[in-house]
Amino acid sequence: MGELKQTSTHIVEPGGAGGAAFTTTRFEAVLAWAQKYSLFMYPFVTACCGMEFMAVSSPRYDFSRFGSEAPRFSPRQSDLLWVVGTITQRQAPILKRIYEQMAEPKWVLAFGTCASCGGFYDNYACVAGVDKVIPCDVYVPGCPPRPEAVLDGLMLLQDKIQTGNRKPAIVKPRQDPVVEQNLGLVQLRKSRTSIA
Amino acid sequence: MSKALVELIKKNFAAAVLETHSLYGDETVVVEATAWKEVARFLKESPQAAMDMLTDLTAVDFPEREPRFEVVAHFYSLARGHRLRLKTRTGDSEGDEAEVDTLTDLWASANWLEREAFDMFGVIFKGHPDLRRILLYPEFEGYALRKDYPADKIQPLIAYRDVPNIEKVAPFSVDEGMAFGRQTHTDRRNDTDDSQVN
Repeated sequence: MGELKQTSTHIVEPGGAGGAAFTTTRFEAVLAWAQKYSLFMYPFVTACCGMEFMAVSSPRYDFSRFGSEAPRFSPRQSDLLWVVGTITQRQAPILKRIYEQMAEPKWVLAFGTCASCGGFYDNYACVAGVDKVIPCDVYVPGCPPRPEAVLDGLMLLQDKIQTGNRKPAIVKPRQDPVVEQNLGLVQLRKSRTSIA
Repeated sequence: MSKALVELIKKNFAAAVLETHSLYGDETVVVEATAWKEVARFLKESPQAAMDMLTDLTAVDFPEREPRFEVVAHFYSLARGHRLRLKTRTGDSEGDEAEVDTLTDLWASANWLEREAFDMFGVIFKGHPDLRRILLYPEFEGYALRKDYPADKIQPLIAYRDVPNIEKVAPFSVDEGMAFGRQTHTDRRNDTDDSQVN
């Protein structure tokens, strides 16, 4: 997935021994290829997912391998917004302002269940997912997601940047633990009994 | 030791004490809302009680009761090492007219605790110097910890709040540089003009 797609690339070997080869491709493909390996991130870290975010950014998992290691703590210099953690109603306008200040083209990655859909913060104070406030490109579920899932999400975003696809996408689990084994989980029901 | 304290309150405020009970060594006195402040003042100032610390103050909602809310205060005496729980009842079944006197001028810690009780239950603390929401934001509709607050209610998103003098750098004076300080939002409970709400 890191290579330029052969469908849009033509390598021309000029005649003569030792002559330098050159490549033709579309300008958009080269631009997207450059963009996806130079993501300047703005970490909007609000909650416990931040610990897992640190794990991904530290040497063991090391997402600088994907060309996204440079954090910019000004939204005006960044093009990838990591929303890491719960967003409250009170914080939502600030997140929106941060997003509006970012330079185009910009992408948003929702890190963890809270940022994706609100998670178990189904209450009066929290926003049920950042897509209620700003458009979101990649959702990484998990509470918190494992670093592998985050790397999957980052690579998914890079694919989307390369192909120019702005349709939101969700990171699929590599293996669904519930399907594999019967965990004997209790089915919880949401009761909404009203008070007389 | 606290049992003697309960007897002391009963003796001094015989008309105001609604009931008393004791559970696992914790004594509770329930008083009339009108006597709330006077009983609290007595607990602080009488040498037998000497309650110099207000540990906690909150409210409880009993929607089937009238008066609906219980305001609960926990006192502790650092000098004497005893505790007492003081309760009062207020508010009609709709949750209106839930009013008790503030304890802020007796214990400074009551300031934020009463703001929290107001924020979550809508109990008005008369005489409070700064009764605003403390955890939630001014545009929040309803009172979140009332039992009749809909569990699946979604509050409308609020707009970005422009802060005056945001270019200013520290040191700040009171309420400067805060998105939810008094500069941008005052106590608007009795304000009928909705034009300032964004």
